[in-house]
Amino acid sequence: MSDMSLTVALAGQPNCGKSTVFNMLTGARQHVANYPGVTVEKKTGFFSHEGRKVSLVDLPGTYSLTSYSLEERVARDFLLDEKPNLVVNVADASNLKRNLYLTLQLLEMGVPVLLDLNMMDVADRRGIQVDHKELSRLLGVVVVQTVGKKNDGKSPMYEGIFTVSARNGDAPPTYKVDYGPLEGFVEQMADELVKADQLAEKYPLRWLALKLLEGDTSAEEIVVNTVGSLSSEFLAKAKELSVEFSEQHKLTADRQIAFSRHRAAASICKEVVKEPAEKKKSLSDRADTYVCNKVTGPMILCAILFTLYQISIVWGGDLAAWVWPVWGGVEDFVAAHLPVEGFLQDPLVRSLGLWLVKSLTAILNYLPIFFLLFALIAVLEDSGYMPRMAFILDRMFRKFGLHGQSTLPLILGGVYVGGCAIPGVMATKAIPDERARLATILTVPLMNCLAKVPLYLILISAYFADQAGLAMFFIATVTMFMALPIAKLLSLTVLSGYESAPFIMEMPPYHLPTLAGILRRAFERIWLFLKKIVTVVAAVALVVFGLIYFPGIPQDRLDHYEKQEQVAVAKFMKAVDKTSLAGKLSESDVMGLINYQNDLKQAKRGVKDKAVAAGINAEYEKMNPVYWSVVKRKGKDGKKLNKELKKVAKVRKKIRRESRTERFESSFLGMAGRAIEPVTQYAGFNWRINIALLSAFAAKENAAATIGSIYGIEDGKSVQESMKEGESGFTPLHALALMLFMALYPPCIPTTVMVRAQSGSTKWMLFGIGYPIVLGLSVATLIYSGGMLFGLTGFQAMWVFYGLCICATLIMGAIPDRSTVKRLP
Amino acid sequence: MDQLTLDGVSPGDECVMTGLTAEGALGQRLMDLGFFPGARIQVVRNAPLVDPVEIELDGYHVTIRHEEARTVEVSLS
Repeated sequence: MSDMSLTVALAGQPNCGKSTVFNMLTGARQHVANYPGVTVEKKTGFFSHEGRKVSLVDLPGTYSLTSYSLEERVARDFLLDEKPNLVVNVADASNLKRNLYLTLQLLEMGVPVLLDLNMMDVADRRGIQVDHKELSRLLGVVVVQTVGKKNDGKSPMYEGIFTVSARNGDAPPTYKVDYGPLEGFVEQMADELVKADQLAEKYPLRWLALKLLEGDTSAEEIVVNTVGSLSSEFLAKAKELSVEFSEQHKLTADRQIAFSRHRAAASICKEVVKEPAEKKKSLSDRADTYVCNKVTGPMILCAILFTLYQISIVWGGDLAAWVWPVWGGVEDFVAAHLPVEGFLQDPLVRSLGLWLVKSLTAILNYLPIFFLLFALIAVLEDSGYMPRMAFILDRMFRKFGLHGQSTLPLILGGVYVGGCAIPGVMATKAIPDERARLATILTVPLMNCLAKVPLYLILISAYFADQAGLAMFFIATVTMFMALPIAKLLSLTVLSGYESAPFIMEMPPYHLPTLAGILRRAFERIWLFLKKIVTVVAAVALVVFGLIYFPGIPQDRLDHYEKQEQVAVAKFMKAVDKTSLAGKLSESDVMGLINYQNDLKQAKRGVKDKAVAAGINAEYEKMNPVYWSVVKRKGKDGKKLNKELKKVAKVRKKIRRESRTERFESSFLGMAGRAIEPVTQYAGFNWRINIALLSAFAAKENAAATIGSIYGIEDGKSVQESMKEGESGFTPLHALALMLFMALYPPCIPTTVMVRAQSGSTKWMLFGIGYPIVLGLSVATLIYSGGMLFGLTGFQAMWVFYGLCICATLIMGAIPDRSTVKRLP
Repeated sequence: MDQLTLDGVSPGDECVMTGLTAEGALGQRLMDLGFFPGARIQVVRNAPLVDPVEIELDGYHVTIRHEEARTVEVSLS
């Protein structure tokens, strides 16, 4: 490494304000990635000070550096393998004792440490005084003071970083934790380890000896990987010493080590921290008497969730509608620059181009909602409300294998109607319990996302028109009673191998979030979302296009449509020949006229100003006076030909629609729809419904759109009317089965990508796609076949099923989780 | 008399930690969060559905489930 550039690691416990210090030091120059091979986020920031470049790596916030949690392993491996020039240890000055517990471990690892007392403002406010000079003397490290949130203490920090790094490890920290009666054992172990040169060169031996006595699995791995076959001797020695110690002192070595560190931290604090004589109840404590209260707590929770929903989904929806013209503009722009439409079929480039653009704009349309959601989640996180939410609801969710912190992901997924699984799955990141986190990731897509709603609305207004309100209530709430038992089932079966972490959570004091912090986080997440999603959506859209476009209409059918085209065009030409425009218009001008008319309409869309409209008119008149006279019905001939043009356009519209439906039905997707009919018939789905459901895989909005195109929306008729006419054998029971299948539909492509990212495994992604299909088909079959067997109407079947789901929820909730019982001593 | 554990302490009461029976990850995590013999613990409140319980440990607030609190041995001060 050149002496010009430094690598600095930023370590600290959760809630110490580490991210504010990170932002203070690096500003906007940040890069977010994952640590290799794991889903832990790695943030790197860059800054230069007095000509020296520094890259600052934000380590995961951890209380300790053991190998029990992924975050701790990641942080420790970074320190050992990447050997940063120094570690800036951010500590909460108002809570120094506990924060020193990590500091002492960092010192033991032999990395150069700069201790940053952050949140000095909070300490001041509480009347806590820290003698930083004495602390610096005791520990033998440079100590700086900051208030990251207010950008206070930036230059002493820069200075400190360069002072410590300039020492180049020559002035190592002097402080050593006194492990009491264990000291002799540590020495013995270290004396043993020093025999292996490879270990002595690479690792601080006192640290390694302690870790081996603790029985730390990662430390054992280090020894095995470094010295190979010699390792068994070392490990045996460590085991022997550790057993000997616990027999002598009736306390295991790892306890002795942890307790000694705490005692050391406490004795340091005794010398450097002055607490106020009389502790007043802090504002946070007073707020918590209401926020965590039995009565007001749940009420406040509901109010907050309702506000979240109202702002992001309802207002966000309005905002999305307001922003839509931008995306519509993009679609129009692309449409205008692709080859023009044909009479019967459009050029492939045009169809494909428009398909791709529409697939992307459909997702981009949700950006305003996502932005508001991400910003509001950041508010909840930064304010400290999240742990309170988990505190209030943990008991309920835990019965179903979930976690208190599963609340937010499920709400975002759409607990009533209208959410989105993408931010829902993204929000599972905060859940500390791996098993509950996976169960949440897998069940969030079962919630009612916004895109499932159009199909519900079509089906309800077509088949449950008289009980529309109740039917909507049914589908909006039944999903929760399906998701909870399923979560428990997953937790007891496929997820049972995952360790369920204990629920130990700090409740940090409330903080007032800063606008800059909120916006930064919201933009960060939007960017992450775009980066992850856009390419995948485009790629999948391409594949789906192939599936619905090919193999195409057979030649004889094409001839059939082309014949109709020729007849219509010939008729128009015959009319032309009878007018003064004869000779000025040829057959090829038919499409020219239609496109000209569409372009003019497009150009004048939304134009209210008369002068502007007149300008557009003049331009089009100048462009082609002959077309102008036909389209604008100028003179007797213009009027006559305009009428004829309308007839041609009508024929065109009809054969385009018919051929499109035919193409769709004979496409690969259509073939698949027919192929699975033998299975889906028991659920009441015929091949046409199958096609609609298959097309929904790329994005669920497609189901409604496909139904629209299959049943061919006639002018003046709604989709539901067309569907009812198109499927004469369809009953409300069919519709109910279909609705429930949609409720249990596998996640859309963007969500799938997020499931992959958050679970860190392709296996879980595939499972997340597979199990809802099986489940959905089973439920739909139960409804349809069961309903037929017992002669139930759709409405009756609906409530029988609702009852079944509630029973399943109660039963699953009552089943004790073996693994939690097992954990008890 | 049976050893008193943290889950037996009522909200509002204070106690001092004397021992820890949890092992493995749970034991380590409790220790890392500041549970050690001699630590002063005040039980602040139970959650609306009784579990988990919020405690104040040497000046900061932590919440744990009763099941976990059962592994923390205490004596009333």
